Amino acid sequence: MSPVIRTRELTRRFGDFVAVDRVSFEVERGEIFGYLGANGAGKTTTIRMLCGLLPPSGGEAEVNGVDVARDPSAVKRSLGYMSQRFSLYLDLLVEENLEFFGGAYGLGGAHLRRRIDEVLELVELGHERRALTRALPGGLRQRLALASATLHEPSILFLDEPTAGVDPGARRVFWRLIRALSAGGTTVFVTTHYMDEAEFCQRIGLMVDGRLVALDTPDGLKREHVPGQICEVDGPQVHRALELSRTLEGVLDAQPFGAAAHVRLDPARLGPEGLLAALERGGLQQINVRPTEPSLEDVFLAVIETEGRRS
Amino acid sequence: MIQHGDSAPVLEAEGLERRFGAVNALRGLSLSVRPGEIYGLVGADGAGKTTAMRVLAGLMAPDAGTARVMGEDPLRGAGALRSAIGYMPQHYSLYGDLSVEENLRFFSRMFCQSRAEYRERRERLLRITRLEPFTGRRADALSGGMYKKLALACSLLPRPRVLLLDEPTNGVDPVSRRELWALLFELVSEQMGILITTAYMDEAARCHRVGLIHHGRLLMEGPPAELLARFPHRVIEVESPPGAGDAEQLVEGHPQVVTTAAAGRRLRVVVRRDGQDVLERLLAGVGAQARQVAPSFEDLFLTATASEDKP
Repeated sequence: MSPVIRTRELTRRFGDFVAVDRVSFEVERGEIFGYLGANGAGKTTTIRMLCGLLPPSGGEAEVNGVDVARDPSAVKRSLGYMSQRFSLYLDLLVEENLEFFGGAYGLGGAHLRRRIDEVLELVELGHERRALTRALPGGLRQRLALASATLHEPSILFLDEPTAGVDPGARRVFWRLIRALSAGGTTVFVTTHYMDEAEFCQRIGLMVDGRLVALDTPDGLKREHVPGQICEVDGPQVHRALELSRTLEGVLDAQPFGAAAHVRLDPARLGPEGLLAALERGGLQQINVRPTEPSLEDVFLAVIETEGRRS
Repeated sequence: MIQHGDSAPVLEAEGLERRFGAVNALRGLSLSVRPGEIYGLVGADGAGKTTAMRVLAGLMAPDAGTARVMGEDPLRGAGALRSAIGYMPQHYSLYGDLSVEENLRFFSRMFCQSRAEYRERRERLLRITRLEPFTGRRADALSGGMYKKLALACSLLPRPRVLLLDEPTNGVDPVSRRELWALLFELVSEQMGILITTAYMDEAARCHRVGLIHHGRLLMEGPPAELLARFPHRVIEVESPPGAGDAEQLVEGHPQVVTTAAAGRRLRVVVRRDGQDVLERLLAGVGAQARQVAPSFEDLFLTATASEDKP
């Protein structure tokens, strides 16, 4: 396999602020590559450089074998980009939006009509083709934006927080589409703040303050960055359980997790039974302690904390 | 458990209806928020969440039903009532070319606060939002999470008793989300009442009570733990080792299956209680391993809205 995206020491400065700091990675054809990080960590700046929209200040990036600094317009033709605030014309019909964007990509005639049929089928919007875009709920608009980004059959798709603020049902449908595209050979480079979505990625790069601080499969990241044993603690007094856990010898970390808490133990010093006993000694009742696997959210928080201490 | 039962609600909706042309955005919505409570309103895009917020904030009259804030009509209330309501819409407009400090001062003047009052509020709000080190930074240059915290600080200037937050964590990274939630818990510990909408189901699970809104009315309401305890179905997680049959194809459309969702490499299946054995045998037949897991808030949300939409 040869990589379709390759960066070496890719850097972007704005004045004396380094938004992207010597980032090197490769993405394989057909891969779903997740690019995670806090707000302002440099994710969007990286994508804009890879899409030929922003020249790098240093290092290099190749997309489909083309140097983004040397030939940005050739790069643009071979990829699809869906930005955080994707732009659709709200006062056009669904199919008119696709005709407009198809024209912008240089498509026309029978070829464009065929592609419109295909992308509408792909994103399951065939029944809405004569609908006014303004009348579509957010989840359907997002699928229309995906359709318009894939009209010209790009081999790489860049999706910058495509599901921000979208409800769980619509997010689920969207990811089914992403997996279908990837299975068909399209490379997907995606950013998200939903850690459950990040589980769908084959590999994940984690950005902190412009630097790529971790790059691995979801399982690899969990093994590497969340040492110890995670226990899920729930019961009617989760708040107190959290406070109490933080004071215990052998507890590495304790964080709220949905309605429950995730408590990370150093197994050499404290096990799940020991934690339960300590919480009960502290006066907590009806408390449950269950060993569980770390989530990517645990990884994210652990890495950010480590890196934050370093800088 | 946190006790709210005895105090009068700070926010009440009773039979709210609101129509936009042919669309019934609200169809008899009733809910109440008590002091010291975080009430989460969750629902799909277009379910009526934002309309409910706007009516309760006194920005829009309902066609029928009543809205009450501190026992008064928010549309007619005097200035004192207006300053008791803090409302943060999805797209809160700060002045991008003003600094953090200048934005706070501007909004303080809008709320007709004295200099002494401003100094006191400024000090406290910068401290709880941890924005102190950034007072000189332009709002445009803030990260998404910090921008939201500044918006929240501005809406907290007049010491509101009720806070209406419309998807405040949309597009905010996991670390900043955690900080924002810690802040909300601090505010309700001072007896503020908070109504919040969110697309993150882990956040919904952290509210004191949650209402699930669908097509303009509540499908269910209660403390998250109680709603989960009332969940009528079983949830199983299926792992297909290499060489096993396609579990998703096998269970999709099965009459005992309520919903399915891929979660990373695993498949999550919500199955009717009496169908669990049948399904597990079926899966074992193709070499897939299934185990029962606790239902999550996302299972609850997807199941409730899916069964409601079935003809």
